Amino acid sequence: MKKYKRIAAVSLIAGSVLLSAACSNQSASTNGSDKEVIKITYRSGGGSNKGFTDWLNKEIIPQFEKDNPKVDVQLSPLNVSEGDYFAKIALMLKSKNTAPDIVTEDTFMVNSDASAGYLTPLDDKVKDWSDWSNYTENVKKGVMAQDGKIYGVPYNTDSRGLWYNKDLFTKAGLPVPWEPKSWDEILQAARIIKEKLPDVTPFWMNSGKATGEGTSMQTFEMLLYGTKTPLYDTDSKKWIVKSQGLTDTFKFIDTIYKEKLGPNLSQVLNGQAGAVAYQQLMPKGKLAIGLDGIWQTGNWGESGSAPWPEAFKTLGFAPMPTQNGEAPGTITMSGGWALSIPNNSHHKDKAWEFIKFASSKEHTLSLLTKERNLTTRDDVAQEKSYQEIPMFKEATEFLKFAQFRPAVDKYPTVSTQIQSLVEDVVTEKITPEQAAKEYQKNVTKIVGQDNVIEK
Amino acid sequence: MNTNMVVSPTVTIKENTRKDHTLVKSILFLLPAWILLLVFFVGPILLTFYFAFTNLALTGTEAKNVQFIGFQNFLSMFEDPDFRISVVKTIVFLLFSAVIGQQILGFILAVLMKEKNKTFRRIIGIIVLAGWVTPEIVVAFCWVAFLSDNGTLNLLLQHIGLKPVTWLYTFPMVSVVVANIWHGTAFSMLVFQAALDDVPKSVEEAAMMDGASRFQVMFRIVLPMVKGSIVTNMVLVTLQTLGVFTLIFSMTGGGPGTSTQTLPIFMYNQAFVNYQLGYGTAISLILLVIGIGASLIYIRSMKVNL
Repeated sequence: MKKYKRIAAVSLIAGSVLLSAACSNQSASTNGSDKEVIKITYRSGGGSNKGFTDWLNKEIIPQFEKDNPKVDVQLSPLNVSEGDYFAKIALMLKSKNTAPDIVTEDTFMVNSDASAGYLTPLDDKVKDWSDWSNYTENVKKGVMAQDGKIYGVPYNTDSRGLWYNKDLFTKAGLPVPWEPKSWDEILQAARIIKEKLPDVTPFWMNSGKATGEGTSMQTFEMLLYGTKTPLYDTDSKKWIVKSQGLTDTFKFIDTIYKEKLGPNLSQVLNGQAGAVAYQQLMPKGKLAIGLDGIWQTGNWGESGSAPWPEAFKTLGFAPMPTQNGEAPGTITMSGGWALSIPNNSHHKDKAWEFIKFASSKEHTLSLLTKERNLTTRDDVAQEKSYQEIPMFKEATEFLKFAQFRPAVDKYPTVSTQIQSLVEDVVTEKITPEQAAKEYQKNVTKIVGQDNVIEK
Repeated sequence: MNTNMVVSPTVTIKENTRKDHTLVKSILFLLPAWILLLVFFVGPILLTFYFAFTNLALTGTEAKNVQFIGFQNFLSMFEDPDFRISVVKTIVFLLFSAVIGQQILGFILAVLMKEKNKTFRRIIGIIVLAGWVTPEIVVAFCWVAFLSDNGTLNLLLQHIGLKPVTWLYTFPMVSVVVANIWHGTAFSMLVFQAALDDVPKSVEEAAMMDGASRFQVMFRIVLPMVKGSIVTNMVLVTLQTLGVFTLIFSMTGGGPGTSTQTLPIFMYNQAFVNYQLGYGTAISLILLVIGIGASLIYIRSMKVNL
């Protein structure tokens, strides 16, 4: 009897220890059969990346699996807001148990995640890949980390500008086509629309923390890089933490909301903001001007989230002017996304095979037709079918004066500071002048006293 | 087990060895629980203490080279105006939703239900408890559906000819406080019900005979008798409310701006939005200190032994 009890006790302990060990030790990549599983992680929240998903599911994966019968390619999208995506993937990439085999990285995170040791350098691999020479030179810089190595294959790039509704402009008596020459002319147009068409939102721009990088890049930087002082001084390699441009940028944002030229805060400050603006308000003719990227056309295509065939007749895409029309007159920020292989991936070679396959000229072209982003390959840009995609001519022209985000590993942290300060300004918690002061203090804290200058 | 510990005058050697056996056996049986606690509870707590003094980050070079930076996190925290705002927001949220809202409402409910018809008690009890058993995320969803721009409340307002209000943006703190009261009141009600049932009827009757009014009975007799339960409840409710994250995060995301950014939200933002894990961990320690501090204040000021 006693013996049984002892055995029972020991097995109880052993069992519970084993159980607790089993909780964390799920093998990442076996699914019963002997197929090699390749997992791809990207963001699917807020109706984003619909074209990308379609492209993978209908074209790339079936073909790749036919050529490689021993491989099973699986999608593991993250249904989160843009702001949460990067924290999620950073956590996933940290562990061998959760890291996917391919991850889509916004190029501004490549440097930071590479410095953290999350990504595999691809230099050896691109060296033997004949297609690599077809990639545009300055796009390649976007996937190069501070150590000079390549950490991803860029699959799209973009440009930003002012979407405007020609019908509403005509109704309000504004000129069409519209080409504002300064920030003031944008405000002027918005004021006229507010006066003439009271039930239309005159001007929309990302303004909150929930829209994440969209607030930094599509709003703040589109304005700031139109002043004389960008975020980062590339000559001295220092952050510009005090300048008239910073204050003026916050002032412009403040003016939009103070004069009620912008949307309701409850609409614009949440993660669904982009969908509300470009899938609902714009197609319904309830939004006159929107500062955003070329990819929004993806919403209005046949396979988009809000098909709107007349979009390309009704809408114009105007370049963003510099503050007072200073040379070169217009600017755009340019970013883009890349396919990277995590350091903790179990199938790096197969993942690379897949990236090569998906990035061929023909596949790139088909992706961009679906998701309506600009190409990273010179040979695709020459294709007639690419040049004929609506609005791509305008968007590509903007790239002449394109600016890029600082390729420094502190950028993501500075960017989140920008987002929360912009939200503080639009909710009138602080004035534009206070925001500029806060910016100086917070950014100095992040990058260190030695890495900042005032202008 | 306790009965074995009592030393009896007739302890024999045989009984002693049996006692040893029981001890070994009980250790064996408790071991799995201890190991689990050690690995999943004590371990993370110690790690938290360590990380609070490092520059650990989620991405960038600091993710690879973690460095010990002493009290730097705490120094920059006390300089950070957002931190001060968060402390104030936390205290406001705590005071209105837990200490005042849940406690008083819970107490009133308990008093009203005392010695009422059993069916009545049961029905009301179940209704109030529904709020308590609802998971936080569902509570948040219900209240967002009720208060949002096109929500139920605004539809009702429009129906009677009033203008809709953007509740979650115009009154964000009020919204989350009300939601938290709705969610948590049942807990206080249950605690007070049990305490009030323990107050002997004869004491109240005696006081009434001596000419005490109903209010005097309540404040002079009943309240002092349930003081212990009040403090216990206060401590529990405070600790629960200090940790509320899901409700606020899904209703307002801590916004607009920083208007509902309590410490748990601030901590999340620093750790997972600004990628400063070390700093976030330091904030969590401060949260712990506030919890301990508040509990001590209650216990001291009410002069009770828990």
